[in-house]
Formats: sequence, C-alpha cells, structure tokens
Amino acid sequence: MNKTVNQKAWFLILPVLILVAFSAVIPLMTVVNYSVQDTFGNNKFFWVGLEWFDEMLHSERMWDALWRQLLFSGIILAIEVPLGIFVALNMPKKGFWASFCLVLMSLPLLIPWNVVGTIWQIFGRVDIGLLGYGLAKLGVDYNYTQNIFDAWVTVIVMDVWHWTSLVALLAYAGLQSIPDAYYQAAKIDQASRWAVFRYIELPKMAGVLMIAILLRFMDSFMIYTEPFVVTGGGPGNATTFLSIDLVKMAIGQFDLGPAAAFSLMYNLVVLSICWVFYTVMTQMDKREGV
Amino acid sequence: MDWMAWTGPTAIFFVVIASLLITFTVLAIKFPETPRKGVLRIETTRGDRLFITLLGSAFINLAWLGMGGSPQWVALVICAAYAAAIFRWV
Repeated sequence: MNKTVNQKAWFLILPVLILVAFSAVIPLMTVVNYSVQDTFGNNKFFWVGLEWFDEMLHSERMWDALWRQLLFSGIILAIEVPLGIFVALNMPKKGFWASFCLVLMSLPLLIPWNVVGTIWQIFGRVDIGLLGYGLAKLGVDYNYTQNIFDAWVTVIVMDVWHWTSLVALLAYAGLQSIPDAYYQAAKIDQASRWAVFRYIELPKMAGVLMIAILLRFMDSFMIYTEPFVVTGGGPGNATTFLSIDLVKMAIGQFDLGPAAAFSLMYNLVVLSICWVFYTVMTQMDKREGV
Repeated sequence: MDWMAWTGPTAIFFVVIASLLITFTVLAIKFPETPRKGVLRIETTRGDRLFITLLGSAFINLAWLGMGGSPQWVALVICAAYAAAIFRWV
C-alpha cells in the first residue's frame, strides 16, 4: 500500500505554538529587553547596557539567596528520596491496603500550595497551633517567626510532608514493575535483604528515581508559595529563597531591570540543571535499551 | 509592541538566535546525521552541540562580566573558541 505524503497535520499544532508564544516566548523576550534598561514607570525605558547583570553578579543579596536555595533543595532531597524509597519498600504490594495506602499517599499531593502553607502556618503557631502549642507545653522553645533554626525546620518538614509521597509513589511504581522471577532467583541464591535492594530493586528503580529527583529538585528550586505563606521569607531574610527575593525585587521594589537580570541568571541555572538531568536520563534509557 | 520595550541590541541578539535555530533546523532536514559520541561520552547531534554552545556562552559572558573583565567583546571571542571546541570534540 502506498502512502501519500501529507504534512498538513503540522497545522494542528499551530494553536499550541501560539499559546506558548504568548505565555512563554514573548514574556521571556520582554524580560531580556528589560534586563538592559532602566525605568521610572510610565513605560519609559533608558538603555543601561550590562549594568544590571554586573550589579546582580556582585550582589551579596542574590548570592545569599542562591546558597539558601541550594541548601534547601539539598536538604529536602537528602530527606525525601531515602524516605520515599523506604516508604515504597514497606507499602503492601496488593489488596485493599495497597489501594488504601495509594490514596493516603496521594492526599498531600492534591492540596494547593497556599493551603499547605496556611495549614503549617497555623499548625506551628504557639498560641493556637497543635504543633506549636504542643511543643511549648513539652517545654521546647519553638517559634518559627523569630528563630531562624525553627523557621528552617518548619519549612523543610512542610516540604517533606507535602512531597515525600510523590517520591514514594514513583518508587512504588518502579518496584511494582519488577517481575517475581528476580526475587525467586535471589531467594535461591540466598541473597540478603540488602543485596536484593542493592542489585535488584535499586537498579530497577533508577529510571523513576531520576525523574523523582529531577521533579523534586526543580520544584524545590523554584519554591515560592509555601515558605512565603509560612514565614514570608523571615525571620529577617533567613528563608528568603530565590523566587521570594525575585518577587520582592520585581514587584515590591519595582526594580524591573535588576529583577530581569536576576531572573535570566536564575533561568540559566535551572536550564543547565534540567539539561544535565535530561541527558543523564536519556543516556540511561539508551543503555537499558541495548 | 511598545510594552515589550525593544532595543536595537536585544533585537539583534534575538535575530541571531532565531537565525541560528532556523539554520540548524534546515541543516538537520537537508543533511540528516547520525549522533556521535565525543569527549563528554554522550551522544550529540548538531542541535545538541548548538544548545551546549549557547548555554555555555551565556555562562562565559556572565563569568567574564563578574570577574570584572572588559571589554565585553573579549568574552564573545572566548565563546567563539568554545563553540569551535564543542563542535569539534563533543
């Protein structure tokens, strides 16, 4: 049977192209334009060249926010990934309790970011919140609005509560795809529990775990709503992560130029990390395919 | 288009990027190629190498600016050398 060449279907993706142009490409171009100019409002712009980039590169505020951000992402990954795997390994494989666990695990994922923030904001309050009140009654000096360490613990525990189940669900999906034959072979060889995990379960989960790490890293690296609702970036600037600082600069102070330069550099970092993860993932697929 | 606050240099910047993308798309259609493995031990096509070049060039320019290097066009010369190296060895 001869097939005629017909490329008209390409026109069907035109609406998507237009949507992406207006929601991503044009705003991004505008940000590039803003980053080399200064404005005093009224849509009047003055050329300043690379001044904002220079200023941002030497701005202690931006570097501090970047280190805080990397520290935050590092900590939550170090907690969520092992914890998620641990949870997935201990979830029932089939039956009523498997479905029950799945529903239970997906509940936090369904809650909107600002609601999660509000929940923890109230939960941690010393006067009315269960956590804050309870800790105070136990004699623990806990106050996330004044103590830097408490604020960090609150924000991290909140993220772990919200997102560990994503890692767990992905890891669980990876575990479910391992055929029983592998476990039977391991049993015949009298492999230890650790050997089963190390040589069967972990390699089989590697693909989905990479996706989980990528998703969690990107999400935490761009986190805004939850810490903003809970701590507002405080105490002081202790939990002011990159997005919070960026919004403060762009909307709070209306420094469009510096904020544009800042966001372009932020975007570059995100893009590079995405590329590394993407490359590693596609290479892993290829190696498995061989 | 007034609200986009266009300037001459940024317009040139985007025209260059756009024409690079179009050129490489046309090249990829006219002269299809098989991906190859370079010093990074990853499979790359011309498009991948262009992406690595552009992303790296952005960082080279920022690093040059951050280290107080001037004039800025020197960074572009470094980028050109970097691009040549990427297309030759990666």
